[in-house]
Amino acid sequence: MITRRLGLAAFLAVTSVVGSAWAVALSDAAGRYAISADGSAIRFAIGKVGGGGLNGAFGRFKGTIRIDGGDIGRSRVDLTIFPDSVGTGEGRVDAFLKSDAVFDTTNEQEIVFRSTSVTRTGENTAMITGRLTARGRTFTEKFQAELQSLNGRQIRFHVSGNVLRSRYQMDVGTPIYSNIVAFDMEFTGRRS
Amino acid sequence: MLRNTKTRYGWAAIVLHWLIALLFIGQFALGLAMIRVASQRTSFELIQLHKSFGFLLLGLVLIRIGWRLGNASPELPAEVGAMERRAAPAVHLALYAAQLAVPLSGWVLVSVSVLEIPSMPFNLFVMPHLPLGVSEQAETFWIFGHRWLAYAGMALVALHFLAALRHHFWLRDAVMARMISPSLGRRDLGPE
Repeated sequence: MITRRLGLAAFLAVTSVVGSAWAVALSDAAGRYAISADGSAIRFAIGKVGGGGLNGAFGRFKGTIRIDGGDIGRSRVDLTIFPDSVGTGEGRVDAFLKSDAVFDTTNEQEIVFRSTSVTRTGENTAMITGRLTARGRTFTEKFQAELQSLNGRQIRFHVSGNVLRSRYQMDVGTPIYSNIVAFDMEFTGRRS
Repeated sequence: MLRNTKTRYGWAAIVLHWLIALLFIGQFALGLAMIRVASQRTSFELIQLHKSFGFLLLGLVLIRIGWRLGNASPELPAEVGAMERRAAPAVHLALYAAQLAVPLSGWVLVSVSVLEIPSMPFNLFVMPHLPLGVSEQAETFWIFGHRWLAYAGMALVALHFLAALRHHFWLRDAVMARMISPSLGRRDLGPE
């Protein structure tokens, strides 16, 4: 019985320490970070009828994360993706995605996201709202961000969210392929 | 008159004949156009349309073969020579074979393609792929096979069409007219 009580006390002590560590993490993280390609990834998936789907990633992108220690809501995220770096593992699909059917990389070299607000949703999570511009069209999109680690000058986030491709005139292939693009992203920022 | 008699085609056979002719020739033209258009988006959409009409063609051809087997086949006029009496059914058989083989080879092609794009005729339902191995080699082979079966099919259509014109304008019999309406060419073909 004594052993069980000691075990429970130890568990509570450990979880409270971890919890408080996350609680201070965001304020400790205040500063400006440059997104590093090393340790970052922007993956996407589009479902298709009958199961499975199209999975890909962007190889080139750049951006900054500015965390306001005093008011997390004033934090900013800027991200630029270069769509001609898209890769799916199948050359013909890549060429199709770069063509006028989807990204039209001959005429549109960048996809840009500029955050307009950051709302903290938990100890280490936040909702990032911003304006996404692709193929000359701009719409408000929301992404969920989770702080994964903070050590020294480096910060890591996992970010996810869904975007309707029809908004950006990229809805070729619907309804065979879903209109929803599910983003699954990892960002490593280095303090600058 | 819906059903065939020994001298005339019924409306069911006539409608199926012209619908299939229109689809077969239209599909050939669409097949040529869809791989030549500059816009990748238009190309993708035309390919999906080509697949949709291909499945429709396959269904109609199966119905037509069933109708043909369950109905009388109108005889050729007595004046038709022995060689043409042997050649006509052979060409008709080859036409039926081509009408089946061309859409079937298209179905095989999309089933073995490494792109694994689902088929969704007219966006109504998912037509499952045939249970065949997916590979680059199989896809290359069936692109070739589908294309040359279509060329062979069109050559047969041209032969069939020229023979029909010969009957109408040179021999001046009712062989072509009876495929336009059951009431045309009654006098030439005698009583039902």
